[in-house]
Amino acid sequence: MNRLTTTFARLKADNRAGFVAYIMAGDGETAELLDALPAAGADVIELGMPFTDPMADGPAIQAAALRSLDSGMTLKGTLALAKTFREKHAETPLVLMGYANPVHHYGYAAFATAAADAGIDGLICVDLPPEEDTELREALAAVNISIIRLATPTTNDDRLKIVAEGSSGFVYYVSTTGVTGMGKGAATDVAGAVKRVQTATGLPVAVGFGVRTPEEAAEIASGGADAVVVGSAIVSANHDGGTKTALELVRSISAAVRAAS
Amino acid sequence: MTVKPNAFSQYPDAEGRFGEFGGRYVAETLMPNILALEKAYEDTKADPAFTAEFEDFLRHYVGRPSPLYFAERLTEHFGGAQIWLKRDELNHTGAHKINNCLGQVLLAKRMGKTRIIAETGAGQHGVATATVAARFGLPCEVFMGATDVERQAPNVFRMKLLGAKVHAVSSGRGTLKDAMNEALRDWVTYPDETFYVIGTVAGPHPYPMMVRDFQSVIGREAREQMLERIGRLPDAAVACIGGGSNAMGLFHPFLEDESVRLIGVEAAGKGLDTPDHAASLNGGEPGILHGNRTYLLQDADGQIIEGHSISAGLDYPGIGPEHAFLHDVKRAEYVSATDDEALEMFQLCSKLEGIIPALEPAHALARVRDLAAELGPDGVILMNMCGRGDKDVPQVARMLGVEV
Repeated sequence: MNRLTTTFARLKADNRAGFVAYIMAGDGETAELLDALPAAGADVIELGMPFTDPMADGPAIQAAALRSLDSGMTLKGTLALAKTFREKHAETPLVLMGYANPVHHYGYAAFATAAADAGIDGLICVDLPPEEDTELREALAAVNISIIRLATPTTNDDRLKIVAEGSSGFVYYVSTTGVTGMGKGAATDVAGAVKRVQTATGLPVAVGFGVRTPEEAAEIASGGADAVVVGSAIVSANHDGGTKTALELVRSISAAVRAAS
Repeated sequence: MTVKPNAFSQYPDAEGRFGEFGGRYVAETLMPNILALEKAYEDTKADPAFTAEFEDFLRHYVGRPSPLYFAERLTEHFGGAQIWLKRDELNHTGAHKINNCLGQVLLAKRMGKTRIIAETGAGQHGVATATVAARFGLPCEVFMGATDVERQAPNVFRMKLLGAKVHAVSSGRGTLKDAMNEALRDWVTYPDETFYVIGTVAGPHPYPMMVRDFQSVIGREAREQMLERIGRLPDAAVACIGGGSNAMGLFHPFLEDESVRLIGVEAAGKGLDTPDHAASLNGGEPGILHGNRTYLLQDADGQIIEGHSISAGLDYPGIGPEHAFLHDVKRAEYVSATDDEALEMFQLCSKLEGIIPALEPAHALARVRDLAAELGPDGVILMNMCGRGDKDVPQVARMLGVEV
């Protein structure tokens, strides 16, 4: 039982889909933005850990990662941001999202300890499929942090079983076959896929990659998803207009998601 | 001769691991593709018709077997061991790259894939892939760093002549590793129809194994030719290393020959004591990038550092996982050569042997020089001349202050 479990249980009781807001640590005034996200309607926050080679991300998040690294952000710095957030916000789940190498370099056991100390609830490591995540998953399980795995339109039922095994918190359903923020891959039946993943894993399903507008978020929410993830659009708004613009978008997506479900 | 138990050549294991290196570190979107590729490759490898087709094209299209040549004047000049060159620079398209492209495109055809993609640094792998794709009538798209597109205009034009579409990658820092990221993104986006031809022994399993297998023709031929020409195996087999495909292709058939030292030469750029080198084994640490766990150039935060080398074919910040393994178990030795040494050997080999080497194997030649002295006149060195230097002539002229 961690904040993710509690939050998804509460959303279910409220009979609505949740809204997961993604921002990149260190890209702009992220301490200020993080602090304001719960009040603006984010039910769960994904905090991007910048990496030089974000292979599964589209242009918006790639550029944000490089800006963040250029400003001197590190994994230690990202954990410090999280810790400051956690001191003021006891309930909103905080999930780190990024790539394996910085975590591997930090050391899996040391990372688990530091992440627990920072009040982290889950980790999405894009390039650690179930076959490769055992060591990290066990280190995180010991400190009650969930490994959140991805399921995609190409994940068949046999693989869904593998994805389900050892997953906790929620499953991140990638709604297109492409990279984040693009929506140029094959269009798929999202509602049908969400049901399939929910049944196979018994976990809440959050849908992301390519969801950009309040309207798209509402459509996903009304299609049976347990939560909708918006990343690139918030990252772009934050870069273009700063914290205020990003928070306006967060508020309008949150309102649309609440109205839809 | 006693038959030794097969040890080093038995890798990777079923999970694609060479000891603690390799593996399949890809996003879930690619996992079904990687697994399907692995299955298709296993089936294909066991099919004699595929092997026959591959060998037929190697012979009549690529021009194999490539000669094994005794470099008499280099031998005299260095004054030590005999130096034998495996002439893979004589292949069609001028380097060893095409061996692998041919194998992968034939596999793509069998898998019913309708679109070929590839990444390229200086453009050699891009040209080789575009060449083979043209031969089999498959549309080909090549991802190349924007900076490299500027610098390597002739190769960009070659690829276009061959019918390929070249994407200038400006994401990230616009270099080879970014081109590889972009190719992976494309593959994630169009997984069903696309075959991604990776150019070196890196990437997720089965690529390091598959590329090695296709390149092993180099070592198999060379081993046989040495026995035929001088009735013995060399004391050392030497090759340059970026990602490591020509070296792996040369080394693999010799892995069980205990008497043969295997020596890989990394690019030391401006020196290993400077930040400007591309020596992942000598100057990097284990990490995870582009689908595998291997030695990488990285900073204290685990961020990837750009490699530097005079040779665009060597400045990749990682190295094939099988090399990482052979390094750790000490079956192979990994040394390095600087930009300046490569430039010196480029000129020396041209003058003494009438062979203009690519800057990549010029690195290997710098260590062959030391080794020749170390082994003395009774020694025999086999070096893979993996590419010809025509592509490097404008750059070398510039560096020597000559206008061409």
